[in-house]
Amino acid sequence: MISITDLSFAYPGSSFRLQVDSLTVAVGQSLALLGPSGVGKTTLLRLMTGLLQPNSGEVKLGAVSLSRLNETNRRAFRLSEVGLVFQDFALLDYLTVEENILLPQRFGKEPLTPAASQAIRGLAERLEIDKHWRKLAGQLSQGERQRVAIARALAHRPRYLFADEPTASLDAVRREVVMDLLQDYIQENEACLIMVTHDTELISRFPVHSKVEDFTSR
Amino acid sequence: MSAALYLAWRYVARHRLQTLLLAGALAMVIALPLCLRVLVQTTELAMRDRAASTPQLVGARGSALDLMLTALYFKRQPLPPITMKQVQELRGTDLCRAIPLDVRFHAQESPIVGTEIDYFGFRGLRLASGQMITRLGDCVLGARVAQFRGLKPGDALFSSQEQVFDIAGVYPLKMRIRGVLVANGTTDDDAIFVDLKTAWLIQGLAHGHDDVVATKDAVLKTESGNTVANASVRMFNEVTESNLNGFHFHGDQAAYEISAVVVIPNNAKAEALLAGRFLKGTNPVQIIRPSEEFDALMSTLFQLQALALAVMALTIGAALAIAALVFALSFRLRRLEFATLADVGVSPVALSLTKLFEVLIVGALGLLIAAGLSLWVQINAPSWVRWLLA
Repeated sequence: MISITDLSFAYPGSSFRLQVDSLTVAVGQSLALLGPSGVGKTTLLRLMTGLLQPNSGEVKLGAVSLSRLNETNRRAFRLSEVGLVFQDFALLDYLTVEENILLPQRFGKEPLTPAASQAIRGLAERLEIDKHWRKLAGQLSQGERQRVAIARALAHRPRYLFADEPTASLDAVRREVVMDLLQDYIQENEACLIMVTHDTELISRFPVHSKVEDFTSR
Repeated sequence: MSAALYLAWRYVARHRLQTLLLAGALAMVIALPLCLRVLVQTTELAMRDRAASTPQLVGARGSALDLMLTALYFKRQPLPPITMKQVQELRGTDLCRAIPLDVRFHAQESPIVGTEIDYFGFRGLRLASGQMITRLGDCVLGARVAQFRGLKPGDALFSSQEQVFDIAGVYPLKMRIRGVLVANGTTDDDAIFVDLKTAWLIQGLAHGHDDVVATKDAVLKTESGNTVANASVRMFNEVTESNLNGFHFHGDQAAYEISAVVVIPNNAKAEALLAGRFLKGTNPVQIIRPSEEFDALMSTLFQLQALALAVMALTIGAALAIAALVFALSFRLRRLEFATLADVGVSPVALSLTKLFEVLIVGALGLLIAAGLSLWVQINAPSWVRWLLA
């Protein structure tokens, strides 16, 4: 479960304020964060993953309160328990598709088992990037890069998945494939998904959605 | 392999050209002082052996270095000649053996060294093929001259004309190659050895021509016993068995010019006595001990080397600073990449290690190239130094 209680955040020297009194995403559930550009969606996402520290309040991922962890433990927790799909994909162009997907595992403490390896190949097949397995990330199209970024976020089987516009570069067919994959994943793995999106067509797929502008003031 | 090392390796491997350029630049600044030292040491070794094996040299007063370069390395220096009279006087002292050297002519780029048979024994030069000089016009070749030009005993070699526009001057002499010497790794390998008289023949002090009296219409005039011939008399440019007797020298041989004399004193006392004979500053001839002159030369060379190394140290400092700047700029350009890794959960230590490994890989590659470069210079230094001294 992801829960936010009395969360308050402001950038120093800015009139922007973010206040979330209460927000909960249960295990196996997904939440869509909606709102126009610049409203603070990414800021809220970064607060929920511990990449930003709130001025007050608490973000809990399961039983772990992020604000009570020090920086080192937060990083370690993120590396093992959190999956992040960045808006700009954040792939390393000099690594192959395989190396990009396995990057969190490589830096993590858990060794890559044959079963996990097999599961990752299955993931790549489902996202139709398995044929690019040995290609450098820099040689891929935008849509392919986005699918690699999704595979990387899921590869280490995180319990908390945060995705920033994960379907922005995909065509309609692949967008459905990705959404099916994400929702299957949270069901099968008892995970939580929080996704930032502009795409109104996708909103129907989320039982819960929040407008970020309801939490912010300027 | 640790994740940090793996990531660093992948980045470096992906950017091969940039890495090689940077590593190559680092290798240059590392290898340059090493190579300079190797070259100076090899030069010192090559020159010291030759200088140490030559007890004393006599030549015209002036630059001792010029005398040494002429007599030991057969480099044609602007050295005034001395006469054979000096050799006769040295031999007259009974204090030494004296071996005259005449290093003024050449065949293409190789020096022609006029000397006496003693020289070969003194330097320990042995024949690899053929025979020693037996008569006027014969020569024996140093090993490298023979190899480089593909010459062998029985072939012929022309001396080069010294002055192209001097029609009354020295004409090329066709020399008979009698033998090729065993290589000894010194300047001797690059020389063409002839008898001293052959060197004088090249100089024009001796010549051979048709019998003036026997040649029809050759006499221009006869004055007080001297016969003046006209241009129809053929001059010989080659010594053969049939014309050998037609060659003759004019004037007093004691006045014939040579470049230097190798002096081998009988003992230490004789060496000191000989040195004393040439002390007077008014004496147009000087005697030097090559090993001492060489030490003086090396001392200057080492000072220059120290200066060059100091300048190189500054250059190395600047190059390393530039390399550090290149890395700093590269990491700055990639700050988004490192921020992403940090967001994923990679620790700052692992990120710093990744950067450190990249620097170390490039540094190690630079060292490897520098080591290869230094090894290559070390292997080739002897032949380069020989070429420089030739």
